[in-house]
Amino acid sequence: MAAAANPASLESAPRILRLVAECGHSRARAGELRLPHGTVATPVFMPVGTQATMKGITAEQLDALGCRICLGNTYHLGLRPGPELIQKAHGLHGFMNWSHNLLTDSGGFQMVSLVSLSEVTEEGVRFRSPYDGAVSLLSPEKSVEIQNALGSDIIMQLDDVVSSTVTGPRVEEAMYRSIRWLDRCIAAHRQPDKQNLFAIIQGGLDADLRATCLEEMTKRDVPGFAIGGLSGGESKGQFWRMVALSTSRLPKDKPRYLMGVGYATDLVVCVALGCDMFDCVFPTRTARFGSALVPTGNLQLKKKQYEKDFSPIDPECTCPTCQKHSRAFLHALLHSDNTAALHHLTVHNIAYQLQLMSAVRASIVEKRFPDFVRNFMNTMYGDPTLYPPWATEALASVGITLG
Amino acid sequence: MKLSLIKVGNGCRLGKIKNLGKTRDHTMDIPGCLLYTKTGSAPHLTHHTLHNIHRLPAMAQLTLSSLAEHHEVLTEYKEGVGKFIGMPESLLYCSLHDPVSPCPAGYVTNKSVSVWGAGGRVEMTASKFMAIQQALQPDWFQCLSDGEASCAEVTSIKRARKSVDRSLLFLDSCLQLQEKSEVLQKSLIIGVIEGGDVMEERLRSARETAKRPVGGFLLDGFQGNLMATEIGLHLLSSVTAELPEDKPRLICGVSRPDEVLECVERGVDLFESFFPYQVTERGCALTFSFDFQPNPEETLWQQNGTQEEIKYLDQTEKIKTTDCTQEMTSFEINLKEKNQ
Repeated sequence: MAAAANPASLESAPRILRLVAECGHSRARAGELRLPHGTVATPVFMPVGTQATMKGITAEQLDALGCRICLGNTYHLGLRPGPELIQKAHGLHGFMNWSHNLLTDSGGFQMVSLVSLSEVTEEGVRFRSPYDGAVSLLSPEKSVEIQNALGSDIIMQLDDVVSSTVTGPRVEEAMYRSIRWLDRCIAAHRQPDKQNLFAIIQGGLDADLRATCLEEMTKRDVPGFAIGGLSGGESKGQFWRMVALSTSRLPKDKPRYLMGVGYATDLVVCVALGCDMFDCVFPTRTARFGSALVPTGNLQLKKKQYEKDFSPIDPECTCPTCQKHSRAFLHALLHSDNTAALHHLTVHNIAYQLQLMSAVRASIVEKRFPDFVRNFMNTMYGDPTLYPPWATEALASVGITLG
Repeated sequence: MKLSLIKVGNGCRLGKIKNLGKTRDHTMDIPGCLLYTKTGSAPHLTHHTLHNIHRLPAMAQLTLSSLAEHHEVLTEYKEGVGKFIGMPESLLYCSLHDPVSPCPAGYVTNKSVSVWGAGGRVEMTASKFMAIQQALQPDWFQCLSDGEASCAEVTSIKRARKSVDRSLLFLDSCLQLQEKSEVLQKSLIIGVIEGGDVMEERLRSARETAKRPVGGFLLDGFQGNLMATEIGLHLLSSVTAELPEDKPRLICGVSRPDEVLECVERGVDLFESFFPYQVTERGCALTFSFDFQPNPEETLWQQNGTQEEIKYLDQTEKIKTTDCTQEMTSFEINLKEKNQ
């Protein structure tokens, strides 16, 4: 249970995270998120679906893999089909036929990635719809209104997102604006009892700006915090330091969602740094290029070396693809125009991420997380001299020494 | 394998084929269809999503065009294509070509037939063809045949005759090679009826092929234009009339519901099922009803003047919309249209 509350505390946001175990050495935690559509074990990886569907996998298949929370994308859904239609379909859950939890983002991140369409002002983000060319304004109020209509279990504030490679006054402007937009989102949120609004810490790669943002945002009464503005083009050295700084200043009894992460190594390291929730398009996107994720990295199954390899992608993996199919068959299928190959890989890659998180969690609960990390790194990289230096540093900073 | 007819009437055959497969314990109903696959997988579907569908066909169709290039891999694998593709329990029929992608004409010779895969052309003599079948080990396979008599606008009698002659030669070679192959003892060769649109040649092909110890018959060259005409349909009836009753009749290139019904009425038993795939590829969904009314007159009376039953037996409407450049049929709706 959460630590004894400060008697003077005015906070009334629900404590949705129940901590089950903490690593004695690092900042890793295992917990349970109690959300309207069920409990979610943390740390958790949340697969990403754009336009209300996981590319290459049905809601039913995702359920069968054990997924209990995934992402819906407000930018695309808000434009097409639009919140009115989704409300008619009983919200995003009804529209997708997904009975577990959903997290929607604000639509802000797409502004950065599709920046040629957009213009940021204090009001909001003005952009041109790629579907019909109409100009719209995505304000904090509008973003929350759309997400209220979607009915997702966790909704994200609209933040002023700046690429992590940008420097100068724009970063500071965006940080302060994100705080103001957080307040506007909180004020506009009509369903705090049904939907959990998360704040997003910004500040780029500047420690002072980030610290300021942390100090201000943690004063606000929200059920959870996301660490944003990272996982862009920044160096890994800067990346981990900003994550560590953020987790050191975020309350322990609320979930920490690190947005846009990702690769297996990043997940493991960032769990050690104290993050609970992750999302990334990487596993599904890389599947569509014929790449299968395995504990030693990845297999580019289109390559000739797999032509006569009759073993499954991963003999330890319990996913339907590995239960039924060999690398050789998938290789042949990948060289055809039958998209089924991509679906097989999508299923496997999501299963890989979910199984990884499960294993991480079990090791925390069983008080052997540091050994798990050492084992993981060894399997992934082999020789300690091949370990990425940033990962070694990051882990050392929280008391886990490698090799 | 044993085909038992339960009922025959109006040209239609109703029955069961028993003792199928390597274990001799599968059964198939006729009329029936085969599950369409590309490179050994239903298009777009994994085992999980495929099995959300009820009453899947007992037999899947594989195409040599998608598998021939994997000959070496399958030979090394040794355990047959069924296991390789993750369908060890399914009955398998291997056709030469993919019904959806017509292959370029002009590549059949007296000695070889070519198929086109992802990696390009694969030329097969009778021995190469049988070597590939040895690696695949399907339950049934279409014999190597010359199907190009029907490729031209108008078949010359000479070309029709050649297609029959060649196909019979291929058949005899393959049957001989099969005798020498232990692995292929449990597989059945399906003889191919050729002859273009020339009645005489069609009848000759049927009679001669029927003399050979084939497991069944494939009626080739009836797809496309030939099916749409009275002449073609008449040809079809004439051909099936020559074939023994106790062996299955397959047809290739026919999958639309109205065409299937026409063929059933003319003695055809088994069909490919690529039509749903084509509808999918143009972004449409099948929506036709196939309820039948034992008393059609009474039912028509009950409906307010609309003649639903007759609708689907009509000629296909050629509906062209801006989103759908391919020919839509009256069996489907275009999901991209705003009013859906």
